[in-house]
Amino acid sequence: MARARVLIRPKEGILDPQGKAVERALPALGFEGVGHVRVGRMVELEAEDPARLPELCEKLLANPLIEDFEIEMINAASSAPTNP
Amino acid sequence: MRWGVLQFPGSCDERDALRACELAGGEARLVWHETRDLDDVDAVVVPGGFSYGDYLRAGAIARFSPAMEAVAEFAAAGGPVLGICNGFQVLCEAGLLPGALLVNEGMRFVCRQVELEVAAFSPPGGGQSSNIAGETLSIPAKHGEGRYWAPDETLDALEASGQVAFRYAPGQNPNGSAREIAGVRNAAGNVLGLMPHPEHAVDEMTGSTDGLRVFESVAGVLA
Repeated sequence: MARARVLIRPKEGILDPQGKAVERALPALGFEGVGHVRVGRMVELEAEDPARLPELCEKLLANPLIEDFEIEMINAASSAPTNP
Repeated sequence: MRWGVLQFPGSCDERDALRACELAGGEARLVWHETRDLDDVDAVVVPGGFSYGDYLRAGAIARFSPAMEAVAEFAAAGGPVLGICNGFQVLCEAGLLPGALLVNEGMRFVCRQVELEVAAFSPPGGGQSSNIAGETLSIPAKHGEGRYWAPDETLDALEASGQVAFRYAPGQNPNGSAREIAGVRNAAGNVLGLMPHPEHAVDEMTGSTDGLRVFESVAGVLA
């Protein structure tokens, strides 16, 4: 079984109100100089057939019209990502 | 005429949709998401609500149901399909309509009456007897992820081909939808989706019966 972590991000150029809301809240909390906040999603899973992961991501985990995704395979010995 | 109104776990507006269908004319029944049976159905409604809790993305899971596979075949054969709110989201996720619905620009769930301008619109199937083009309808909007988006080239193409079916009247856009788009149809004209809820505007008791015009428009083709 291969362990994977999928990061799903809103595409550049599409308004991300969640990111903007986070960004606007930061100065009031004392964090200056933080910008371009974009909020996405992270899905972790175990797959018997990692070759099918890109298809799974395109069909369900992400909407390719509005989101980009990135698959990280996680080494079983540690949770540090290794690129496939 | 027989209407089929889909029902997913988490749908909540299918009951009002059933009533609206019957007021527009004919009989209506629910189509449970696990069935593919649309044999006796003349028109399909994909209703509003929170199918699968809007988990992952609104409509993202419902689009893979057996009922939606049957709807895709029904639509490919030219059958009329009306998607309302979550139904619009499901149809976009299924690729039966172009574009996507994103979280409202103001990050707030919106629940208020909006004025819709019916754009260059032919009812599914092309009949003119119930053409509502040019009318202004007062319809409730009730959604958290209703901001219509598509790449600029797609929006240009939709406008050029008359596929924009409904726009929010000036000042009425509740969610930042691109080009004030409240609803679109597919190129063939038989699949229609809109974010506001015509099924909640069919009785004087709730202030507007304009929603009935949308259902009558779909029904009028098949009368």
